[in-house]
Amino acid sequence: MIGRAALGIAAAAGLLVLPFYVPSTWQNLLITTFYYAYLGQAWNLLGGYAGQLSLGHAAFFGFGAYVSVLLQMHLGISPWIGMFGGALLAAVFSQGVGYLGFRFGLRGFYFILLTLAAAEICRLVALHLSILGGYTGIFIPFKPNPWQYQFQGKIPYYFIALALLAFGSAVVWLVQRSKFGSYLVAIREDEDACEALGVDTFRYKMIAYGLSGALTALGGTFYAYYQFYLQPNTVLNINHSVDIMIRPIVGGSGTILGPVLGAFLLELLGEFSRTYFAASLAGLNVAIYGVLLIVVVLFLPRGVYPSLRGWLRRAGGSAE
Amino acid sequence: MSLYIQAIVNGVLIGGVYSLMAVGLSLIFGVMRVINFAHGDMMVWGMYLSYWLFVTFGVDPYLSIAITATAIFLLGMAVQRGLVNRIVQAPHEMQILLMMGVALVMENVALMVWGPDPRRVNVPYALSTFWIGPIVFDQPRVVTFAVALILALGLFLFLKNTDTGRMIRAASDNRIGALLVGTDILKVFTLAFGVGAACVGAAGSLMTPLLPFSPSTGLFFTITSFNIVIIGGMGSLLGAFVGGLLVGVSESLGAVILVPSLKEIVSFVLLVAILLWRPQGLTGGRR
Repeated sequence: MIGRAALGIAAAAGLLVLPFYVPSTWQNLLITTFYYAYLGQAWNLLGGYAGQLSLGHAAFFGFGAYVSVLLQMHLGISPWIGMFGGALLAAVFSQGVGYLGFRFGLRGFYFILLTLAAAEICRLVALHLSILGGYTGIFIPFKPNPWQYQFQGKIPYYFIALALLAFGSAVVWLVQRSKFGSYLVAIREDEDACEALGVDTFRYKMIAYGLSGALTALGGTFYAYYQFYLQPNTVLNINHSVDIMIRPIVGGSGTILGPVLGAFLLELLGEFSRTYFAASLAGLNVAIYGVLLIVVVLFLPRGVYPSLRGWLRRAGGSAE
Repeated sequence: MSLYIQAIVNGVLIGGVYSLMAVGLSLIFGVMRVINFAHGDMMVWGMYLSYWLFVTFGVDPYLSIAITATAIFLLGMAVQRGLVNRIVQAPHEMQILLMMGVALVMENVALMVWGPDPRRVNVPYALSTFWIGPIVFDQPRVVTFAVALILALGLFLFLKNTDTGRMIRAASDNRIGALLVGTDILKVFTLAFGVGAACVGAAGSLMTPLLPFSPSTGLFFTITSFNIVIIGGMGSLLGAFVGGLLVGVSESLGAVILVPSLKEIVSFVLLVAILLWRPQGLTGGRR
């Protein structure tokens, strides 16, 4: 137990000093990793714990990005405040979609396709809203000012992304320990039995969806002020929803370390295939990435973290 | 008024191909309970094969259907045997991840071979039309529709009247029951995946004279197929067929009433409406 705590403290200290000693490209990799791990954690609440797979989280992400940017550019409201507006709107939107889906007990693939359709509607509408810049998108003018979420250099973004990840993981940890979390897992394992025992599954699924959507929106605000450019076909694209969902699945959905591990692994794999294969032939690196996904599913069908945990337990057991 | 009738006619004609691709997806889902995220990419591979046969040997896309359908049939069986079959017991999210991996590989292999530029099969009769009253009929669209209809009908008859077809339907209705009466379930799965893929491969050939395409077009077809299948009722072939026509018409009307770039939104709104009022789909009795 003491060894574990010491390990945790050492890791935390390492993460705090790390960005000062690595080159800029590495900083970028780490930021992306933390940020996707955070989004994965948000998705994990709904997809991993409650077992309601969403393929439309890009919509929530878009609410967070666009609401905060519009409030800042047109009304001068700080994104630090505006991001909660985005989160609120995302939560409201999630309740609309959730009501539509859960009211009729849409499950499994129906729910997946409903979320996908909702996000696609958002994308198509966003493309036709002139305030969002249509196909050109919005360029956010860069004026370094911490109060406006705009920073010189990557290090502040590193710490924001790390803080988001810590916050998201803490939320998931609290949920996991709570009665609410147990309800979610029970819903995932056997929804009918859950209902038969008198659990209001509709209500808990709605709460999980709202929480997951709001957390995702906060990530959207971060993205907007890290990239300074928003375009509906990238921000609200289905590929973006896929990016959000595959990390927790690869890492092991429904576990707290899964999304983090998945984000690290996929960032490494993505970077590896980009570095070695992107220059030779367009598409080769993504094809290799696809092959790696297939390999993960075939050989670690429960996700990386649960398999790893299983091996460690067995290794530990045999040593004793 | 004739503008709307024209839009409806065009919608029905393109809807025939939509129906064929959705029937393929529905068949695969009905039997395997696995969603084929690579469905649109299989279609695009069929389109490229048709395109290649056309530019190299001058084979008309309507004649190369047999070749593309066979090729994608074999591809579908290979994907089922090599990959899907290993994870039938795995959680849903893992099956989805696997099929997404397959889709990524297929799309990017197409990108590597053909590049990102859109291709088009320019058949000599591409612009020939005929008139019935005030309505103009685009000849390739009419042929495409007719062939799609014949193929779908052929599939229905195959499933209804042959022993293999009965086996596939039995496995789809009740997997355990089919196993108990001695159905070779693995064979049925492989065959169903192959036949579903062949449908979408043939749909690809049929689509080539009508639409320019590139590797990234696959995603659009995948999403459209999903949409149609839900609208029609998951796992119901008749529903997929009707749904295809409906989505074709609604997109075509949407392009006339709204702006053309918003036409897809009509089918999504249709999907939401279906989920609201008839979540089992147009034809489905139960979920």
